[in-house]
Amino acid sequence: MMLTLTYPSQIWAHHVPAGAKLAVLALATMGLFALKSPLDLALAALAALALISSGGRAFARAALRPLWVLWPFVAVVGLWHLWLRDPMGGAIILRMITAVALANFVTMTTRLSDMIAVMTWLMRPFAKLMPPQRAALAIALTIRFIPVMGGRAEELAQAWRARSPARPRWRIMPALALSALDDAARVAEALRARGGVDGQPPQGGLDAG
Amino acid sequence: MEKSLTQVALFAALIAILGLIPKIDLISGVPITAQSLGVMLCGTVLGARKGALAVGLFLGLVAAGLPLLSGGRGGLGVFASPTVGYLIGFPIAAFVAGWVMQIWRGPVGLAAFAGAVLGGIVVLNLCGILGMSVMLGKTLPEAALLAAPFFIGDSLKAVLAALATQSIARMRPDALLSRG
Repeated sequence: MMLTLTYPSQIWAHHVPAGAKLAVLALATMGLFALKSPLDLALAALAALALISSGGRAFARAALRPLWVLWPFVAVVGLWHLWLRDPMGGAIILRMITAVALANFVTMTTRLSDMIAVMTWLMRPFAKLMPPQRAALAIALTIRFIPVMGGRAEELAQAWRARSPARPRWRIMPALALSALDDAARVAEALRARGGVDGQPPQGGLDAG
Repeated sequence: MEKSLTQVALFAALIAILGLIPKIDLISGVPITAQSLGVMLCGTVLGARKGALAVGLFLGLVAAGLPLLSGGRGGLGVFASPTVGYLIGFPIAAFVAGWVMQIWRGPVGLAAFAGAVLGGIVVLNLCGILGMSVMLGKTLPEAALLAAPFFIGDSLKAVLAALATQSIARMRPDALLSRG
């Protein structure tokens, strides 16, 4: 269930450092917004298509599929500008699709751990507000507990179905939220018993934190 | 300290779960995504600061490449798409919802509803509309037209967030950290 969006088999771009890819992506996205003419943006879109195709046919298909979620925007903007007889509509659509495609390309060719490492590095200026080791612990806990809570949501839905002919509805949510709070209390105690988030032994009573 | 951190982490997981399970029919026959409902709950239950942190953590994992947004979307692409304003608005919405709960000590259900409306509808849609206006090169009123069809679902979610918050308060009065 916890699959990442990284493409499973490696293409050349998997070997490019994550930080470099993110820097290029940021520049490319800014560049796309600087381009105004539909012709320039069409060239940019072709370049993005060439980049995606460099990963082979299966990779290209996997990279293009998620772009379908943009169709409502393509339809609305397309019709709107067709009605206005304004060629800028094409520019807006091309820019949107190219920007999303490039960002997806970076996500598909970067491992989750590498991406988190870059993000942690980018967060360094805020280390006073959000110490990196605490952020890392929170990330690990969330990833670990997503399947746990998914299983619990399923159990609650089954318990509901055992008692009611109706489909489970919003009443599952308070139960799920309470179970998250209970888990949080238990995990917090376990963490304190093992030296706390910053590796310090507990000071004062267990319920002081 | 530990407890704040684990609460933030587990509520980030809760938002993810609410987006992953389309099976929970919130209102019979209307399969609306529960994800923004989770965002509102983060605020009304955890309070402004921790609620916003939980939502921020969730978004960090989405950006890092986990397909946790409703419909299995995720990665950097969603931050380049026209709906990016809603994502940026998520933590702000949770903060506002929690802030309303903290400053207005009225009845829980009513305060949660007010928080969910102000944070989850007003602030979230302002961010979303601003985002669409920038990404699609539209004026704000034009972008607002695009967002308008979703107001009905949003109002439903605000009611549900209030009901859920109230029933948490009834089951376990000390569980509402926004009132702690």
